[in-house]
Amino acid sequence: MENAFTIAAYVVAGILFILSLGGLSGQESAKRAVWYGIAGMAIAVLATIIGPGAGLWVVSIVLIAAGAAVGYQLATKVEMTQMPELVAIMHSLVGLAAVFVGFNADIMINYIGNIYEAEGLVMGAVGEDGVTAIGLPREIYEGLSSFAQLIAKKSTVEIGILRVELVLGIWIGAVTFTGSVIAYAKLAGGSSLLPFQVDTGARQLPGGHLLNAAAAGLSVLLLVVYLSTGGSWALVLLALAGLFIGYHLIMGIGGADMPVVVSMLNSYSGWAAAAIGFSLGNDLLIVVGALVGSSGAILSYIMCKAMNRSFVSVILGGFGGTSGPAQEIEGEQIAIDADGVASALNEADSIIIIPGYGMAVAQAQQAVSELTRKLRAQGKTVRFAIHPVAGRLPGHMNVLLAEAKVPYDIVLEMDEINDDFPNTDVAIVIGSNDIVNPAAQDDPNSPIAGMPVLECWKAKQVFVSKRGQGTGYSGIENPLFFKENTRMFYGDAKASLDNLLPKIG
Amino acid sequence: MKIGAPKEVGQGESRVAMTPDSALQLQKLGYDCAIETGAGLAAGFSDALYEEAGVEIIKTPAGLWKAVDIIAKVRPPTETEAKRLKHGQLLISFFYPGQNEALMELARSKGASVIAMDMVPRISRAQKMDALSSMANIAGYRAVIEAGNNFGRFFTGQVTAAGKVPPAKVLVVGAGVAGLAAIGTATSLGAITYAFDVRPEVAEQIESMGAEFVFLEFEESGQDSSSTGGYAAPSSPEFREKQLEKFRELAPEMDIVITTALIPGRDAPVLWTRDMVEMMKPGSVIVDLAAERGGNCELTEKDEKIVSDNGVTIIGYTDFPSRMAAQSSTLYSTNIRHMMTDLTPEKDGQVKHDMEDDVIRGATAVHDGEITFPPPPPKVAAIAAAPRKEAAKELTPEEKRAQELAAFKAQTKRQVTLLAVGAALVLGVGLIPGMPASFMQHFIVFVLSVFIGFQVIWNVAHSLHTPLMAVTNAISSIIILGALIQIGSSSVLITILGALGIFMASVNIFGGFLVTRRMLAMFQKS
Repeated sequence: MENAFTIAAYVVAGILFILSLGGLSGQESAKRAVWYGIAGMAIAVLATIIGPGAGLWVVSIVLIAAGAAVGYQLATKVEMTQMPELVAIMHSLVGLAAVFVGFNADIMINYIGNIYEAEGLVMGAVGEDGVTAIGLPREIYEGLSSFAQLIAKKSTVEIGILRVELVLGIWIGAVTFTGSVIAYAKLAGGSSLLPFQVDTGARQLPGGHLLNAAAAGLSVLLLVVYLSTGGSWALVLLALAGLFIGYHLIMGIGGADMPVVVSMLNSYSGWAAAAIGFSLGNDLLIVVGALVGSSGAILSYIMCKAMNRSFVSVILGGFGGTSGPAQEIEGEQIAIDADGVASALNEADSIIIIPGYGMAVAQAQQAVSELTRKLRAQGKTVRFAIHPVAGRLPGHMNVLLAEAKVPYDIVLEMDEINDDFPNTDVAIVIGSNDIVNPAAQDDPNSPIAGMPVLECWKAKQVFVSKRGQGTGYSGIENPLFFKENTRMFYGDAKASLDNLLPKIG
Repeated sequence: MKIGAPKEVGQGESRVAMTPDSALQLQKLGYDCAIETGAGLAAGFSDALYEEAGVEIIKTPAGLWKAVDIIAKVRPPTETEAKRLKHGQLLISFFYPGQNEALMELARSKGASVIAMDMVPRISRAQKMDALSSMANIAGYRAVIEAGNNFGRFFTGQVTAAGKVPPAKVLVVGAGVAGLAAIGTATSLGAITYAFDVRPEVAEQIESMGAEFVFLEFEESGQDSSSTGGYAAPSSPEFREKQLEKFRELAPEMDIVITTALIPGRDAPVLWTRDMVEMMKPGSVIVDLAAERGGNCELTEKDEKIVSDNGVTIIGYTDFPSRMAAQSSTLYSTNIRHMMTDLTPEKDGQVKHDMEDDVIRGATAVHDGEITFPPPPPKVAAIAAAPRKEAAKELTPEEKRAQELAAFKAQTKRQVTLLAVGAALVLGVGLIPGMPASFMQHFIVFVLSVFIGFQVIWNVAHSLHTPLMAVTNAISSIIILGALIQIGSSSVLITILGALGIFMASVNIFGGFLVTRRMLAMFQKS
């Protein structure tokens, strides 16, 4: 079905995609890398359209243009704080597309089967060598579309494999679709464009994970049924089971675990593409699907490691139970006003700012950037410490700070900066909680014991900008707030910083 | 209510508890202010200045004690003064309730309340009224100045046309507030400064002031001052021996020694013995800030300056703050003013003696006809306990190499295991009977791509994870190729599903790439 030129174009596109991902190792090379990705995609699509087999190319181009218009709207309108939602909803589109393409393959198999029957032949019968399919008479074969030709050439075994592949594609695609929609709804909260609202907490139907297990078991059963009978009804039911699992699995995971969920869905969308690539015999789809799949898998791994939790425990939801009474916390939370913070900042030489999801919620990144600019103008060292799971998406804080024009070379990872806290005059915690909780190191009974945290309490003074005295997402008290060198700067992060700004300098 | 400051009656006391500045602040709290005539004269504040600040001038001490509700003083009252106290009156001054029990009893029988400025607990919130610290700060500074006054050379080393001058060497014993102030003053004058303290956790503070910490190797590893409210505790005889040995080693080199070692509620420990003084060079100076409690130096005489037989000057003055009366009155009156602010939460000129408040409770010695000394321990610890430092063991080169080798071996083992398992799985797939070669071709492409994916993605910077997700999102829409191939089919259903697929995938392609570009454009270097 593909001529040599198309395959050659796919090789070029594949290399460009690999370079595109590899270029993301640095901020400057990344700007070039994204063009490699665009070029690769353009080459792949053009080669497919002009290549043999693709009909209706006018319709295709019109559809692509329409998609482009919608995509452009989405990409230019979105606020950087909404990036997690956008990524999630875009995953759902890939999942749905995979489901459609998979169903098409099934329809085509049945269609070819009917042709064979009409000719009085058996689909997939093999010739004398026992491997090569006999296929259809030449005149009928040439009248078929290229995709139909591909299937028509297949032997029984190959068609069996094809069916497994497309089942995988449809099933993973379905899980990705509903999972992403739910993740979107959870991340977007009130601003969700969906007709229904989803609670950000972990909610499950009665039966919990047994329901998921049951649906997965049913899927395996349906796979067997589909392989033996080839009935499309089994495929539809299978897709429904996948849709249910995606919905129910993600419903049971709380909002703060979304970094793992979104990267997991990212991975799934890749595997779905790879599975479809197998069923269509398209190597480029396989290559790209595998790249994306492994990328998402690595991101999930990094996120889980940063929370010191296993992937399974995140997906199955909830923190592990406490293994004993939590350590007693002594002392009191001492509040401070903007004047106090300002005078401490004016006297400090080195400052580290630790942003968290609270900064994104309060839209305080511009105020943080302004504060940074003012402090740096006075010759102070200002740096940012980013925990891997700060925010709702891997790298979320980096993007927000970049949007507010904070230079990226003062934004550091946890491992790069954790040893510098003892030499720091002031650490400012803005809207983060669990990632600066000393209980993770001090209290072996804490639910987050062992999780790597930013050791901001080692700084000479710590200011915590926080709305009230509540606990963090994990519901654990944070002993940091009670430390002798910690002062609580209560109030909405943006309002507090706006109060503080005129007093600096 | 009215606050009054009498003229200090103690010998040589020049300080005053109220300055014109602090009077203005007190008036803002709603109080009327009064002062005995000439009270501020020795500190450089004339009656006219007070009058300008709206302070009433009262001619006699008796008149002042009678006219006011709150007495602000520096030194503890004399017996005569204490007899003037009346029912309901509040006295704020240094009081040393531990040593002045008779005085405390007298105040109680008069029905007055006493707040002892020397009893303010050492917690962060009370720092602004910690008069001991502000006085110690002045004493530390003044000790260096007195030493310089009696020392015949420069502090700083100089190379002049007339020859080279070596820098003075200063040893500060005890790095409390006074010690740290002395270190700061001595280093800024250019002296080479050494400092010693029994509490190892102050080493950092000493070094931050520019002095060298005199390190004492001892197994007991010093004290944790967090349990004693930031003060030193008595040390064991062995430790003391070790310490004196170290001082003997240092004595011949030192030009100036400033001792500030005090233990709460005890006589000052003798740290600088007669033989050490004899070892010092003629012309050297010792300033003993502990003279009030007997002195850290064996030869110290309280309130005197003496010269030893070998020409070492030993200064035992106890009135350093009073020698800088203008400065110390300003700081002390500010401490008092902060105390009044805490006592007047409503700012209405009425004292609210809140015995639930840690700071006020701690400082109160007599209240409501009862002696309330000693106070219960404060609810908040003064200083966080110093974490027990476990010294990282220095690794020998051999150990290091062995460790590296072990790590390398472990890594090799892990990698080989992974490779073996992976290869076995791939070979296993190939061995499945009837597995068509056409599938294996695609399978190889898949396995290699996963491998490349893992290699490439590990290098992606953490800060670019969000752009990575957006760009992988865009390229996973490569699924559009499948839809493009299928749309030309003869079946209407396939065409419709394919068309939908094309539309959705292209939304993703354009949206994903555009948003990635938008994000990357924002990353700027400073």
